[in-house]
Amino acid sequence: MSEPQNLRLNVNGVSCAVSVEPSTSLADVLRQELRLTALHLGCEHGVCGACNVLMDGRAVRACLTLAVQAENADVRTLEGLGDDRIVAVLKQTFREFRALQCGFCTPGILVLAVDLLSGSDAPSEEEVRDVLSGNLCRCTGYQPIIAAIMEAARRLRGVA
Amino acid sequence: MKPVRFSHVSVDTIEEAVMILADPQRDARVIAGGQSLMPMLNFRLASPSLLVDLNGIGDLAGISRQETGLRIGAMTRTRDIELSPVVAEHQPLLAAAVPYIAHVPIRNRGTIGGSLSHADPAAEFPALALALDATLTLHGPRAVRQVPAAAFFQGVFETALQPGEILTRIDFPLWPADRRFAFQEYSRRRGDFAIVGVAFWADVRDGLCEACRVVAFGVSDRPVRLSQVEDVLIGRVPGDPEALASAADVMRGSLEPDNDLQASADYRCMLAGELLQRAVRSATEAA
Amino acid sequence: MTGTDKTLIGRSMPRIEDDRLLDGAGCFVDDIVMPGMVHMAILRSSDAHGRIVSIDCSAARLVPGVIDVFTAADWPGELPVIPMRLIPLKSSEPFLQRPLASEKVRYVGEPVAVVIARDRRTAEDALEYLELEIDALEPVVTRDQAESAAGDALLVAEAKSNVSAHYLIGRGDIEDAFARAEVTLKKSFQSHRQTASPLETRGMIADFDRAAGRLTIHGASKVTFFNRIHLARAFDLDTDNVDLIATDVGGGFGVRGELYPEYYLAAEASRRTGRPVKWIEDRREHFTATNHSRDVDCDLEVAALRDGTILGMRGRVRADMGAYVRTNGNVVPAKAAQFLPGPYRVPAFACEVLALMTNKTPVGTYRGPGRIEANFFRERMLDMLADELAMDPATLRLKNLIGEAEMPFDTGDLLPNAQKVVFDSGDYPATFKLLLDECGWQPGAAEPSCERLPDGRRVAIGLACFNESSGGGLYENARIRVAPSGEITVSTGSSSMGQGVETAMCQICAAALSVPPERITVALSSTTLLSDGVGSFHNRSTVMAGSAVGKAARTLLDIARAEAARRLNTAPEGLDYDNGVFSDRDQPDRGIRLAELAAMLSDAGGLDVESRYEQAPLGFSFGAHAARVAVDPGTGDVEVLDYWVVEDVGRVLNPALVEGQTVGGVVQGLGDALFGELVYDDQGQLLTASFADYLLPTSTEVPNIRAVATGDYPSPHNPYGFKGAGEGGIVAVAAAVGNAIARAIGPGCEGPCQTPFHPERIIALLSAAKGKET
Repeated sequence: MSEPQNLRLNVNGVSCAVSVEPSTSLADVLRQELRLTALHLGCEHGVCGACNVLMDGRAVRACLTLAVQAENADVRTLEGLGDDRIVAVLKQTFREFRALQCGFCTPGILVLAVDLLSGSDAPSEEEVRDVLSGNLCRCTGYQPIIAAIMEAARRLRGVA
Repeated sequence: MKPVRFSHVSVDTIEEAVMILADPQRDARVIAGGQSLMPMLNFRLASPSLLVDLNGIGDLAGISRQETGLRIGAMTRTRDIELSPVVAEHQPLLAAAVPYIAHVPIRNRGTIGGSLSHADPAAEFPALALALDATLTLHGPRAVRQVPAAAFFQGVFETALQPGEILTRIDFPLWPADRRFAFQEYSRRRGDFAIVGVAFWADVRDGLCEACRVVAFGVSDRPVRLSQVEDVLIGRVPGDPEALASAADVMRGSLEPDNDLQASADYRCMLAGELLQRAVRSATEAA
Repeated sequence: MTGTDKTLIGRSMPRIEDDRLLDGAGCFVDDIVMPGMVHMAILRSSDAHGRIVSIDCSAARLVPGVIDVFTAADWPGELPVIPMRLIPLKSSEPFLQRPLASEKVRYVGEPVAVVIARDRRTAEDALEYLELEIDALEPVVTRDQAESAAGDALLVAEAKSNVSAHYLIGRGDIEDAFARAEVTLKKSFQSHRQTASPLETRGMIADFDRAAGRLTIHGASKVTFFNRIHLARAFDLDTDNVDLIATDVGGGFGVRGELYPEYYLAAEASRRTGRPVKWIEDRREHFTATNHSRDVDCDLEVAALRDGTILGMRGRVRADMGAYVRTNGNVVPAKAAQFLPGPYRVPAFACEVLALMTNKTPVGTYRGPGRIEANFFRERMLDMLADELAMDPATLRLKNLIGEAEMPFDTGDLLPNAQKVVFDSGDYPATFKLLLDECGWQPGAAEPSCERLPDGRRVAIGLACFNESSGGGLYENARIRVAPSGEITVSTGSSSMGQGVETAMCQICAAALSVPPERITVALSSTTLLSDGVGSFHNRSTVMAGSAVGKAARTLLDIARAEAARRLNTAPEGLDYDNGVFSDRDQPDRGIRLAELAAMLSDAGGLDVESRYEQAPLGFSFGAHAARVAVDPGTGDVEVLDYWVVEDVGRVLNPALVEGQTVGGVVQGLGDALFGELVYDDQGQLLTASFADYLLPTSTEVPNIRAVATGDYPSPHNPYGFKGAGEGGIVAVAAAVGNAIARAIGPGCEGPCQTPFHPERIIALLSAAKGKET
């Protein structure tokens, strides 16, 4: 009953064929089959957010999504957001504000921040905190991450 | 934490889904947004043979105004309800409560139908459905039936859904424009399941409470409507301290929560009384 | 000191780790795939205490995709004993763990059998087919049960008790202190069981080459050289033939990288199958397999004069060690006792220390081990003493803090291994006053306590002081190599767990060699990089490894200078050196670059120096925290509104790195004080084995934190004057928040004496206070 299934996934703008068991999570397919290892598995029950990817522009947990459910969706991982202007600015402010230490949670947080900043160009600190509360970071204490996202929003608005 | 091996079928119609589900040989389970089911699968707390995936049924998602109220398809994502101007205008209590549900990435994928069918006693959607007198439409192998929210929730993770039945839409009755409301929830952290939550609305005429609704959750095996508490408030000035105090007393006295890891029964009762007072005050001050 | 040194040390140099991590291009152990690699899963006991009757592996072996299954009975020869790394005590020896349970299981999560399969899921499938029969014994789950255990409740019958260590420490004449006291106060405190929860779980790939007699383990960190020696011993290999290779790691905080059973299991799995074996701990097993910490209680008594002078303290500290004494388990009770007097004079001190064995996951160190507990007990006690004396808590502290004139301050023998501890430097009252300025507390003035917010919440500030040792671990090695291309590689035995150690080492190396940091590559802690090393723990990387890098750089420059002088045909002292170039002082156009010298010396091994830095005494930082909290009388909710930390960390290498450590530490501490609690039921079952039940702080629960690091009092014990900065953020959080809660609830309230500060406990305190008022 659980024979491997041939799937066509659209990941980072590239259409690719994979053969996976239907019970395989999107996270495991991205990491193991497609070797997209920016996303990490921190809990496999949807709490930590290290596995966030964009599905049709929205941040979702790749550990709580089956790979078969991602057929027909536009899946973006951090690797595929290299040309994204929001990500470029975020990476710069993350560097400046020391918004990462071990870096394990960082890809998931960047993906979440892209979701946030694509929908809201001037989020308040409260909004940033609220959205960020869906991701765990054990190193930074969140403070520099919040500052980096706020500053990225300012720069993206063109405010010096 | 890898799940057991199961098969997966993505269905195009609700009829197809119902047919597969109704076959006891196939040991099938419905997956909607998967935000409650997937953790259970990963922990191997659930081990179905087959998942019937509703995500491909396009017409199960959507929010629309009807003459009788607001209709929300079962596969509508929580985030879409949160961001919907139609919901904000026509079901403001629902709109006010949705941001309390988990976190953005979970709301991006989780669905209202999935949450209602899962029936976690500490979840927001079941309490809201009860507080708002929602009607739930269930598609079964032989018939389509409508069940009021008050009859739908039957215990911890237990509902009126019969084998083979799928919740397909939720209808909320019209919301009077001048109805007052509040949603109060206490959880340890933002986005956690509530220790206790209270949904409240009141229709106030000439300064007096003409009708109201008090629903608490996290206090029993399902969300509970507290008509005894409503009776105390009806006919009174809603923010009247004395009325409030006795409503809170009745509230505390009529609940019988369990002790668990999160909190004791006594604490939950105390909290319910406190949140009730806050809800009533906030609803009446807002006016 | 060269020009580069002056500009680099003390500068917030950008982190060299960031580029790869921001691109998602870090290399964590689960990112590595090796040819022929297979996967391991571990059957863990689901009983807390019992005798193993039988294990039947036959069905599991038949699961398609399963390669091998083994249990303790299959181990070739005797099962190795996992040693103590820190504070090894004779009395603990009966309680050391072996990689697999053989006759008994002693905690939920103890490894019993291992499955090796083509993928992790298949291995997990096979676990369900292993049939383990256990004859259950009465579990020991509390300290009281452990202290009085006999018969079947003994974890190890031969040990005849569940007490793995029992000793007394102290200084001064404690009887005299209490005889002279005008005020005495006695309280009981408790610090709950917690774990660090780094976001990346543990993991490794073991690759055992039987033909070559070599074992390589990828994904190592923290104490690679210690682990190498003991793994070599266990598998009868030459130490040089065991290599532990470091990767990027997703946080350590004390729990990662110790010599856990899984190192042995993965190695044995690879030895048996002849293939590389990957083991990635999942989050559920992490909660029972990775070290827990804290879980200490204390009866504490203080003797003082009416003017606030503390004469003495005596206490009884009991630590719940869990089921086995792990590599660093003895640190927890030892430090909880040692740090009880803290940064105060306390002329007389006596403490009885008990390490008690229970049927729970073993404890080890978690950031600030023992300090968190001791600071919470003592600082709460000081606030209660201040109330008793009707004194301002800041004034009471100022009266007893150790001043600059008293340094160095001999603390006496406060450790079971009789290691001498001396506070090296600092002016504790002066640094504490900086904190009071930051948070607007005027000592002696009417307290700025207990305002009311419009929503009815009560607001108050709480204070706490601490001091903190750093360095230690005897020595550290550093190696610097200059390639003919000009590329410089620096390595140390200390590893990075994500704190920015790479950046710190790069910065020190660049300063010491007077070259731009861009020319330096950092590769840390793999056993292939150096001949020996110690590791990263106890606030030591910058202090010890940094000093070793400085020493290696000086040696390397001496060698280079001699060679340059020979080549330039001049005296070594006639050469100037800057920015990687030696030049003739008399003929400045005649020069020679380090890279050229490396090429010239290539026959002699190039420019390649490994140095060992040995530090005798520890350095002590001092700091103080202030928390402003709002307590909701309706719900018992505690919200931390503001937080301040001032810490003297000696000379500051990289202010941004220090601030990052402090802020991150505070938030970790806030989570531990308010939320994260490992709860066991009376059968020894862990009830909090997921992130849904073990709550970590998120961005909505924590305030913005103001962290000030002063470089006012450099440590005299290392060439740079560094003191550690990794733990100062976390160690006084429970203390400061606890004091703030007590002041917010107000007079008549004893305040919280145990962590975490669950809203229900706050409600109980509020109603007790109300009861006393009326």
